[in-house]
Amino acid sequence: MKFRFRRAKPPRHISSGILRNSFERRTVVLGSLQGGVACLLAARLGYLAIFENEKYKLEAESNRVNLSLIPPRRGWILDRNGTPLASNRADFRVDVIPERMQDKDATIEMLSKLLNMTPIARQDLQDKLEDARGFAPVEVASRLDLDSFSAVSVRLPELPGVVTQRGYSRFYPDGVNVGHLVGYVGSASAEEYEKDRDPLLLTPGYKVGKDGLEKVFEHELRGKPGARRTEVTAMGRVVRDLETRDDTPGETVKLTIDAGLQDFAARRLGTESGSIVVIDCQNGDILAMASMPSFDPNSFSDGIGRLEWKMLADDDHVPLRNKVLRGLYPPGSTVKPMVSLAFREAGLDPDESVYCGGGLRVGNRVFHCWKRGGHGQVNMAKGIYQSCDVYFYAMVQRMGMDVISAMARKLGLGQEFDLPVVGQSYGTVPDPAWKLRKYGKQWQTFDSVNATIGQGYFLVNPLQMAVMSSRIASGKKLMPRLLYTGKPQEAESLGIPQDHLDYVHQAMRDVVNGPGTAHVAAPLVPGIEIAGKTGTAQVVSLSVSNGKSGPFKYRDHGHFMSFAPWDKPRYACAISIEHGGGSGAATPIARDIWTYLFDREKGLSQLEALESQWGGTSQERANARYASYVREYGVSAPKVSTEQEAEAVRAAENTQNQPQPIMSEAQTPRPEPAPTNSGAPDSAATRPAASNGPAPSSGAAPNPNTGGGTQ
Amino acid sequence: MNLMNLPAAFARQPWIVLIPLFGLVSLGAAVLYSAAGGSLHPYALSHVLRFLLFLVMAFAISSFSRNFFRMMAYPAYAAALLLLVLVELVGAVGVGVGAGSQRWLDLGFMTLQPSELMKPGIVLVLAKFYETLPAPLTASWRGLIPAGILIGAPALLVLIQPDLGTALAICFGGVVIMFLAGLPLSWFIGAVVPLIPIIPAAFFFVLHDYQRKRILTLFDPEADPQGDGYHIIQSKIAIGSGGFFGKGFGNGSQSHLQYLPESHTDFVFATMAEEWGMIGGLFVIMVFAIILGWGLRVASKSQDRFSSLLAAGMTTTIFFYVAINLMMVTGMAPVVGIPLPWMSHGGTSMMTNMICLGVLLAVNRWNRGPSSLS
Repeated sequence: MKFRFRRAKPPRHISSGILRNSFERRTVVLGSLQGGVACLLAARLGYLAIFENEKYKLEAESNRVNLSLIPPRRGWILDRNGTPLASNRADFRVDVIPERMQDKDATIEMLSKLLNMTPIARQDLQDKLEDARGFAPVEVASRLDLDSFSAVSVRLPELPGVVTQRGYSRFYPDGVNVGHLVGYVGSASAEEYEKDRDPLLLTPGYKVGKDGLEKVFEHELRGKPGARRTEVTAMGRVVRDLETRDDTPGETVKLTIDAGLQDFAARRLGTESGSIVVIDCQNGDILAMASMPSFDPNSFSDGIGRLEWKMLADDDHVPLRNKVLRGLYPPGSTVKPMVSLAFREAGLDPDESVYCGGGLRVGNRVFHCWKRGGHGQVNMAKGIYQSCDVYFYAMVQRMGMDVISAMARKLGLGQEFDLPVVGQSYGTVPDPAWKLRKYGKQWQTFDSVNATIGQGYFLVNPLQMAVMSSRIASGKKLMPRLLYTGKPQEAESLGIPQDHLDYVHQAMRDVVNGPGTAHVAAPLVPGIEIAGKTGTAQVVSLSVSNGKSGPFKYRDHGHFMSFAPWDKPRYACAISIEHGGGSGAATPIARDIWTYLFDREKGLSQLEALESQWGGTSQERANARYASYVREYGVSAPKVSTEQEAEAVRAAENTQNQPQPIMSEAQTPRPEPAPTNSGAPDSAATRPAASNGPAPSSGAAPNPNTGGGTQ
Repeated sequence: MNLMNLPAAFARQPWIVLIPLFGLVSLGAAVLYSAAGGSLHPYALSHVLRFLLFLVMAFAISSFSRNFFRMMAYPAYAAALLLLVLVELVGAVGVGVGAGSQRWLDLGFMTLQPSELMKPGIVLVLAKFYETLPAPLTASWRGLIPAGILIGAPALLVLIQPDLGTALAICFGGVVIMFLAGLPLSWFIGAVVPLIPIIPAAFFFVLHDYQRKRILTLFDPEADPQGDGYHIIQSKIAIGSGGFFGKGFGNGSQSHLQYLPESHTDFVFATMAEEWGMIGGLFVIMVFAIILGWGLRVASKSQDRFSSLLAAGMTTTIFFYVAINLMMVTGMAPVVGIPLPWMSHGGTSMMTNMICLGVLLAVNRWNRGPSSLS
């Protein structure tokens, strides 16, 4: 194939005519180009405005309209008289949504400047942000005044991810005094959202119940959110409201609690670590259940900061444990009225007496009475009101353990109650079968000896103790109630003969009003006589500590269970003071509780006198303690991880599964307060037991047919 | 111009173009009225007043003779170039407040953007240049180099301001005149081929960051919806949501709620299309088609080289504004600050476009045959 290469043409001569022609041709090209662009634009217009019209309409609408959830107002929690224990108050608040923040550090810097945040608040915010999931709002501040709120609001365009809101926040008027009872609220955690999947949980400022009643009644209290459609500008300014659907507030939860009594009880516990339960003996309503020290649900609801954790962790009074339900203690001598009822049911004559010479020999072992000098002749009543141990040591050898454990269960010990609470530790009511099952060991004499005085394996919580008191008082199988119904409780009878009950009531009355161990507990209201029983539970053996002084954790627990009026029981009460050094720590508190119950003015004046010594009310002391922590530690408190928090809570609550070491000997009972009228021990004429009864059988007499003691 | 001639001069005007143009300006005023939230202030009234003022100017321009234009071509170009240099100096000294971008001269009573004057200026000077260039030299270096310098000097000055849009407009106007002046086609093809590697190189090494971003954004506006893609996305939403008939006068949520940026200037077309729909959009395109078509017809009808190049160049300048602006707001061109003629609010662009119109009117008048004035 051949190619013929043309030589480059010589430059052709260009005339103005050629240029004119070229101009005309090229103008046509230019015109066509312009026409083409016009067609292209028209087509593009059609594509956008017709073909994609729906899509862009939607986008314009979603630009224009801002749909926001109105978080429902949480239902109130009321006491039996309608006084709020948990309410809502109008609130200005600022939250951040981490996901939407562009420059985290700059935003926080600006917020802390605008809101005058303390270094501690700032640190807590940093911690919360570190733990937060991107989409979940994190609270920066709430309960703001209008000025700081507006300061943030006007700068919102510079602060992406920051949300300001007028809303409601939870308010607990009684603060620390209802912490354990009511619980607290907080922003939903990732796990809670995973479970619930309610978008409401992601609404800034929305809180869910985290503990106590707030958690149990979450469903009832939540309510239904409203929605607000607003027209907004690109800068986020609301132009007008388009449509608003109001929220449906959550249901009100009404409790049997008496707010005044609850408050009083919590305050009266003072600096002690303990709990008080008051139950209405007619219907089982729980009027108060206070556990102190506690946490302030108001400050917990903003999120729990480092300092707050440090305060809780440093406190050996276990403020995270609701001791009413989770505190397990050997009941000590408070079981004696119960044991007496068991013995009577098993046929024991109450007038039969035992000589207490300070101890009881069984085989070759001697079990000591708390009163080393001995009580002399002791019948059942004296066994109760002077809390003579030897009487019960002797009688249990005849009656056996099983009757006691049966009666204990009947009266509510070892039981879990149907209550709207997050958990109960129900403790232990030991018996031979239980021991065999748990330890594979036979029941020993010393086990019975321990059990009759509420030691050994016996573990009860203060609520059970109060229920026991209410059941002994009423003779009915009262179930404790926390939700207010206003209706009487149709409780069946316990099947205990009235004369048995009367006998025990009388003996318990004498504990306080006769020759008993707890005169201190008598209320300061003339004409009101209470019946009660002291209990001192040892924590460690005598060789470690005497239980009265020394390290806090070795001191004895002090109990006092009571009801009043003794002959027509109206209220029952149980008080437990952890490591209080004995029942002497509980009885003065009982006096003031009963005084308050029958004369509120007088009770309060008693309390105020005490509080001036303690350094203020429980709330004031908690605030002062926080302030001192702020001074001492500032921002140096260590960060607590979520796992550590969970572990601390678990440790405080998991009392039921704590190991119970096997017992190898009898525990030495701890001394009870000496009867005030010890000079004339058996003078009370009202006692059913014959005073100075006939010479009892010798102390070492009982036949050990049921105890199985071989030693 | 004699006062007695006024009715005759009036009758001679190309009303077939001017009436649609009045319609366009009225629509622009209505859109600006709505964009101001239903108020004549601050946009609509000044828009109409400026139009009327510059219309008088355009008629005044149209009354000058061909020879006067010829005579003024080089001095006008030189004056505009001088102003551009002046702007650079003022910017360098730091009198202006614009951060790194100095485009205005503050004359006291108004701010003047000399780069705008250069757009008709380059057309005028090139028309004069090619008219005086002997026809045989058109295909030689003498037809290219001086013209290249005439285009390059102002384009460079504008580019370092930096104002890419105007620099491109000047280049585009100049190159189109070269094309129409009859420079060999192979030169244009020869210029495009090396551009293929130069454009990416320029993209990475010459353009400023923000300019680069604008171009990237065009291809994927959704990549950064709050940042660089924002303008394009919001503009497309405004146009797309308007549909065929629009949302109705005063009902545009995109512009009224400030989602659409620059709703009264560069993105005025989107503001209009949201409320007037595709119908409004087609009307605008049609009016521009009428004006530009007329402009090209005027160019072809004129018998001398100067007039035809001048008319075609002025038409091209207007076309460049219209095409780039409309392609930008519909998401087909990067966001460059180029307003839409006769609709966007702004004095300088109105002035430039009215100068172009005035020149077209002048050429149209010259075409009507020998007149005592030509």
